Amino acid sequence: MPTISINGRNVSVDAANDTPLLWVIREQLQMTGTKFGCGAGLCGACTVHVNGEAVRSCQTALSDVAGKKITTIEGLSAKGDHPLQKAWILEQVPQCGYCQSGQIMQAASLLAKNTNPTKDEVVAHMDGNLCRCMTYSRIQKAIMRAANDMRTASNAPTNRSAT
Amino acid sequence: MNKHIKADSSTDLTRRSFIVGTSAAGLALGFASVPGSSALAAPATPAAFDPSVWYSIAPDGLVTVTCGKADMGQHIASTMAQLVAEELGASWKDMRVQLASNDPKYNDPVLGAQITGGSWSTMMNFDAMSRAGAAGRIALTEAAAGIMGVPASELVVRDSRISHAKSKKSLSFAEIVKSGKATKKFSADELKALKLKTPDQYTLVGQSIPQIDIPSKTNGTAKYGIDTFLPGMVYGKIVMPPVRYGATVKSVDDSAAKKVPGFIKAVTLEDKTGTTTGWVVAVANTYANAKKAADALKVTYDNGPNAKVSSESLLAEAKRLQADNASGLFFVKNGDTAEALGKASKVMEAEYTTNINIHAPMEPMNATAELKGDIWHVYTGNQFATRSGAIAAGALGVDPKFIVMHQAWLGGGFGRRLDGDMLIPAVLAAKAVGKPVKVIYSREDDTTMDFSRPLTFQKIKAGLDDSGKLVAFNHDVVSAWPTKRWGIPAFLSPDVEKKGALDAFTVNGADFFYTVPNHNVRAIINELAQSATPSGQLRSVAPGWTFWAVESMLDELAVAAGKDPAQFRIDMLDGAGANAGGAQRLRNTLLAAMGLAGYGTKKLPKGEGMGVACVSSQERATASWTACVAHVAVDDSGEVKVKKLTVATDVGTQVNPDGIRAQVEGAALWGMSLALFEKATMKDGAIEQTNFDTYTPMRMSQIPEVALAVIANGEPATGVGEPAVTVVAPALANAIYNAVGARVRSLPITAEAVKAGMKKA
Repeated sequence: MPTISINGRNVSVDAANDTPLLWVIREQLQMTGTKFGCGAGLCGACTVHVNGEAVRSCQTALSDVAGKKITTIEGLSAKGDHPLQKAWILEQVPQCGYCQSGQIMQAASLLAKNTNPTKDEVVAHMDGNLCRCMTYSRIQKAIMRAANDMRTASNAPTNRSAT
Repeated sequence: MNKHIKADSSTDLTRRSFIVGTSAAGLALGFASVPGSSALAAPATPAAFDPSVWYSIAPDGLVTVTCGKADMGQHIASTMAQLVAEELGASWKDMRVQLASNDPKYNDPVLGAQITGGSWSTMMNFDAMSRAGAAGRIALTEAAAGIMGVPASELVVRDSRISHAKSKKSLSFAEIVKSGKATKKFSADELKALKLKTPDQYTLVGQSIPQIDIPSKTNGTAKYGIDTFLPGMVYGKIVMPPVRYGATVKSVDDSAAKKVPGFIKAVTLEDKTGTTTGWVVAVANTYANAKKAADALKVTYDNGPNAKVSSESLLAEAKRLQADNASGLFFVKNGDTAEALGKASKVMEAEYTTNINIHAPMEPMNATAELKGDIWHVYTGNQFATRSGAIAAGALGVDPKFIVMHQAWLGGGFGRRLDGDMLIPAVLAAKAVGKPVKVIYSREDDTTMDFSRPLTFQKIKAGLDDSGKLVAFNHDVVSAWPTKRWGIPAFLSPDVEKKGALDAFTVNGADFFYTVPNHNVRAIINELAQSATPSGQLRSVAPGWTFWAVESMLDELAVAAGKDPAQFRIDMLDGAGANAGGAQRLRNTLLAAMGLAGYGTKKLPKGEGMGVACVSSQERATASWTACVAHVAVDDSGEVKVKKLTVATDVGTQVNPDGIRAQVEGAALWGMSLALFEKATMKDGAIEQTNFDTYTPMRMSQIPEVALAVIANGEPATGVGEPAVTVVAPALANAIYNAVGARVRSLPITAEAVKAGMKKA
């Protein structure tokens, strides 16, 4: 049985190598924060991180992630308190919420590399993630808020995340 | 809702006796007897206090509100909790929400059923939730007075605590519930007589308090129907027929599917309800294997009577029906339009169309079904549990009381989940394999088998007198009649001539608040569309197309009359007769939008224009008042850039202002997405678009600046989820005309159509 590394744990899964990672995560591991939206890489609802990069788990075969580190929304932060998650609550972003795990994971991969993105950079990075409730303007605001919080935190004399 | 829909008195909250100190479970056969099914209704512990079916107070003081409305992102569960908490005097941090099963005791107090739509929920539950909260406060207060030995009239309730200032005694809700002394019962008349707070006394209503469901939607813990897992569950993937409706399965060859590991069975649906036709479900141990098996099934079909239907044939049929004076039924018949058109100094005609639109909620349709004893448990997020449960029962051939619906957060509704089709493959496959089955539509299934917004065709013939006043407005509306498809007579309306029943949810909005002396609206069913597409209710329903025609035509008439389009409207919003009140509110809203947008205050650059529209969505009886000023820039190729949408809406009373702004902005962007980006087409009886590469809702890079003005003038709360959808398309078309002189009359608006109009202009 293949073993995968997900959210810091190694787990063995009983699935064929060509099984989309999405269904391994959702059905085998019953981690349901990662969503099925289109099955074709067109909506971003299934976005997870593989070695820190945002990927569409519906387009990623189980065999593609051997030896790599997978992070899902459940593993983004220990207590749901990633700066993006906090910003998502403060800006009251979600409506139906179904796309939002994917939106947050997509945004997190941007802020991991760039905590000072321009609006155009945010739009370019996020344009593959559909939100049918059209919460886009609040998503933008929340990303900017989280980016600002991350810059402030990293500029602080003591790094709180290290304590 | 339409005035003729009367509440069933037996389900009216105000006629219930409050059952205090005991669970209300057990009242409905087929629910309470089933382990698990009554969990939602049952108190958390025997000592909990249930002042009404709508909420329970646990001995730890937590107040759990049971929401009978589907929560699809409008945060209606949180809104219900906010209303209860206001009158109860509970602290917001103590409020929790849960979602109701389909037990009839959770029926809407006004509608008498579990249905969520029409932007009705807040307006129709405001009173019932307020009274439920007030009753609980009084019961707790009287109990506290007894415990403290002080007069109840001297007690103050605040933040889940009841205090007596003179004696400095104080008890928390938790302490009172634990005492078991809260036992007051309320008769229907007593409930009705409860004195509710006046708006100046509100501490929660009108506050943008955080929505209860939002944290769970940022960390992956919110559970949707698709997140259901049951022991021993297997999965179903549907093989859809090559036509939307009317196919029958001739043969199923599963020889290749049998080689797929985990394959269990191919189930050809014998759907007695007629909701689905020609569907086969491949059942396997995982969804991935079910999909492989579905792909391996070889199914042959008789494609049935709709196999040649196309968008073109639907439109041709609509035009044929409209040209026939014998078609349809009158929704409005005021004055004599024929005579007035004959006398008018200027007569204008225009035809407006809208193409098929797909709901495409992000959570594809799904349902999980399990038979336990003689009860069917169905897990799915649904907007119309009353009917959808009955649909599942009909497919199974059992009484609806044997269906228990387990509600979940909806990953988008927009009207799609008013339908119950997704229950049918789940229950029939579960029955066939003798195991719980979760059926998930692929995105392709979800798109091609949508109960879509129908293709619509409207013709308006209008007359101006020699002063440029609108004196006649003859409006024909041809569409499928989605609500007629429900087969529930109470949702149809008698026509004005009492000849039959029409689907008012295809013409609402055409009975506008403008004063026009001679005004006809004819509702015509397109039976070909009714059969071939079959259609459903898409966010904003009829006003999404009626106002497209009305508000576009008014601009065309204003131009012909040589008047400013906004002033042309304002002159007709005089509040005469039955339009009193509503017309003035709409006028004020239009003026607010104009002011916020700077309409008419400066000359715009070449190729830019502003356009207005104002609407009384949804129905006359449930209207709210919304206006839009759209600002566009159009280039030489006809490409439209929306620079800004300014939307003003009069909602009467705001429960959660931030939630309202989220809904209105989302609705306005929906309106823009429908107006510019979303188009589905039928060919050979099938929807041609399959996924988000060909059916293309708006993305982040396409959103314009949006400015909102929410007017709360103290009138009763209106709905906000839909009206702003309806106002945007005509405002955009009017802005495009004002920018480059191109009049576009078909949705979605394309660059080609704009360019063609520019050449003519």
